[in-house]
Amino acid sequence: MSKTAGNIKSIPAEKFAFVNRGEKLTDTKFVDKPVGYLKDAWIRFCKNKGSIVAAVIILIILLFAFLTPAFFTKYDQTFMDVYYAKKAPRNIWLRDHLGICSGTVTRDFNERGMLVLIGIGIGAEDTQGTGKVTLEEGMASYYQPMKEIGDPQEITGMIGSKDKTIYTCELDTYLEYGFQYQSIEQSEYKKIKEWESQTGLQVLYPLVEENEWNLEPTNANYWYKTKKGTPVTVNARGKAKEIAYEPGMVLEDNYVRDADGNPVYYMFTGGGDVDTAQYKVRVLYYNYYRYVNGFEPEYLFGTDSQGYDLMLRLASGIKLSFLVALVVSIINFTIGAIYGAIEGYYGGTTDLVMERISDILNNTPFIVVATLFQLHYASKLGPIPCLLFAYVTTGWLGMAYRVRTQFYRFKNQEYVMAARTLGASDARIIWKHIFPNSLGTIITSCVLVIPGVIFSESMLSFLGIVKLGTEKTTSLGTLLADASSIWMNYPHLMLFPALVISLLEICFNLFGNGLRDAFNPSLRGVEE
Amino acid sequence: MLKYVIKRVVLMFATLFIIVTICFFLIKLLPQDIPQEAAQQEAMMERLKAQGYDKPIYVQYYRYLRNIFTHWDFGTSWKIQKMQPVTELFIERLPPTVLINLYSLLVSLPIGILLGIYAAIKKNKWQDQVISTSVMIFVSVPSYVYAFLVQYFLYFKWGLLPPTVYSLADAGGSWFTFQMFKSMLPPVIALAFGSVASLCRFTRAELTETLTSDYMLLARTKGLTRAQATSRHAMKNAMVPILPMILGGFIDILAGSFIIEQIFSVPGVGQLYLTSINQLDYDVFMMDTVFYTFVGLLAGIVTDLSYGFIDPRIRMGEK
Repeated sequence: MSKTAGNIKSIPAEKFAFVNRGEKLTDTKFVDKPVGYLKDAWIRFCKNKGSIVAAVIILIILLFAFLTPAFFTKYDQTFMDVYYAKKAPRNIWLRDHLGICSGTVTRDFNERGMLVLIGIGIGAEDTQGTGKVTLEEGMASYYQPMKEIGDPQEITGMIGSKDKTIYTCELDTYLEYGFQYQSIEQSEYKKIKEWESQTGLQVLYPLVEENEWNLEPTNANYWYKTKKGTPVTVNARGKAKEIAYEPGMVLEDNYVRDADGNPVYYMFTGGGDVDTAQYKVRVLYYNYYRYVNGFEPEYLFGTDSQGYDLMLRLASGIKLSFLVALVVSIINFTIGAIYGAIEGYYGGTTDLVMERISDILNNTPFIVVATLFQLHYASKLGPIPCLLFAYVTTGWLGMAYRVRTQFYRFKNQEYVMAARTLGASDARIIWKHIFPNSLGTIITSCVLVIPGVIFSESMLSFLGIVKLGTEKTTSLGTLLADASSIWMNYPHLMLFPALVISLLEICFNLFGNGLRDAFNPSLRGVEE
Repeated sequence: MLKYVIKRVVLMFATLFIIVTICFFLIKLLPQDIPQEAAQQEAMMERLKAQGYDKPIYVQYYRYLRNIFTHWDFGTSWKIQKMQPVTELFIERLPPTVLINLYSLLVSLPIGILLGIYAAIKKNKWQDQVISTSVMIFVSVPSYVYAFLVQYFLYFKWGLLPPTVYSLADAGGSWFTFQMFKSMLPPVIALAFGSVASLCRFTRAELTETLTSDYMLLARTKGLTRAQATSRHAMKNAMVPILPMILGGFIDILAGSFIIEQIFSVPGVGQLYLTSINQLDYDVFMMDTVFYTFVGLLAGIVTDLSYGFIDPRIRMGEK
């Protein structure tokens, strides 16, 4: 021990050397980049799988809304076809390959009603107007609306009605409309004829005689002879015999025929020269649609109650609802942040007075505010600004409350006092020193405002307090409101908007919760 | 404590007064349309004159308040029920709203709380994951979606229940017949989804917090079983924030849900409100506004004050 000590003492001076003479001693630089508040929040947000999935779904819905008019649908916003209103989703490719989206519904028919629809297919197959097409050939037709016919069921014992037989059938709603009378000019007639020979599809079908065997002269689907709706054959003496619905059934046609017995395809109804002469013709509407538009009717989401493409309406509804929600969120953020900051920072009497004001606004039912704005200003300013005003009147309260709480927490901390001692102005202390502390809560509540607005907009539209729908634009709530009285028979009208709203609500809540956790530093390390 | 309660109540009525005043003026500024028919017109003008409608607006307001305080008169309905006092009309509409919401609350309270307790006990196990995930979804989905689902399946597909609530006459003249109860089931079920989910979420959050606290550890160390400790110590403390919420919920029963009443055509207060604004029946609209404001304020105050009664540790009104 003493020996070692002696050795240390007797180290000669020349053996010593300066470790870093002439070098500056500084802290070593960080190898990694510093992780700031936002970056830290981002890292923790990314760990939350549910929120990521939710964010992706929201993005997909947004992309759907913005890309639909350009990519996913062949219709534009003004395209409307009254005959194809309220139709179920239909897509030819999906129908042929996967058997979904066939545009069919299941409905109950009595025999008469069923025969009219079967007749459409038979009539469409009868391209030459011979009247010799059998039931089986008609059922195999491409234009046959009855896709499947169920077994007959006897309904008995119904109070107040006779016993009857019903058939549960699968019906292609796009073909259900069948034939239609149209008045066209001769030039148009020629064009259709030309189109027919090019494509091999038939648009024009023989006209129907208006006689005692024609049940409804305006309904072009009664092309066969009926007696009070029951199909009959008529013999030379004018005696009618009912045709039974059975295999091999042939309906007797009631076509207008010329002297040679050939069916007549047009009737001159008036007009002057070669081009403007008016023709009455009978068209198969499905093929007429193809002639006019160049494609078969197919709507992936079906059509709405007026005949617009539901997918397009949905996209525009999502856009409008989002836009409203976003604007409200931004305005609320601005007002709420300023109000809450002033309240929280100054405290005392200012706080008391401002709290009373927000208390009064907070306790006024939102629905009353929205109603009053609509009643007072909807005719002058339009419904959308009124809705925005209503949201802005009460919407910022939550934000102001949160900011105020944050200010109460931070305003007496030492660093704020230090800033004040150094002569920082109130505005600087508020915005530079205290406000950033509440950024996390503010961003979170900004996001959580969006589902709230989308929900209450849909509610107000549904209740009829706000009427946002026009020809060009619509909102998600308006779509629901449109469907509300008829949706049981056309479930798709309700399904798609309700699905989108539900998805948006779920995803935004998940996303918002994820953000809230990510912005809360006290939760760091708790999850693992 | 008493001083605080009085202060809160006075403040509540002050807020109510201000809101009612603002709404009164805003509603009075709307154009009033006078019926075409001569006899009706005369009757209406007479009634309006009695209420001072040819006087300046503040006099009208003074008379409006005076009528309310002296003989509980909130005005007259012109469109919905011709010449009927609004209060009568209103009281007719109250029972269905209250009943439906009461049933729904009674159904969802036990289910929601039990599910919440179960999830809290099984925290982070698969049972909890399942419950929490479905609660997340059920809380987010808007109530009308449940209404549509209930209507579609229970009425349209399976034909178990009627699509809408019966009117009083259809159900045998009373709100308490079995038929009436049956027709009220769809809205009750539709409302229950959301409230079960939110109750469950709230209970789970509160109970998980109390389950991890120190006194639970102490209770276990004393030799209590997990079940005993949970039911005797954790539950009681978890109930402190839950009970006020339930009390607030009972007050909110009065207000009901607009959209559910609309979908199931419940002849309730919410529908009265909608009809009153569609037909511009202002006195009805005004009374509904007063009512909703009052109910909202009352629910808030009851919730706040009940904390003090339930938990003796909380001293209300202390700085």
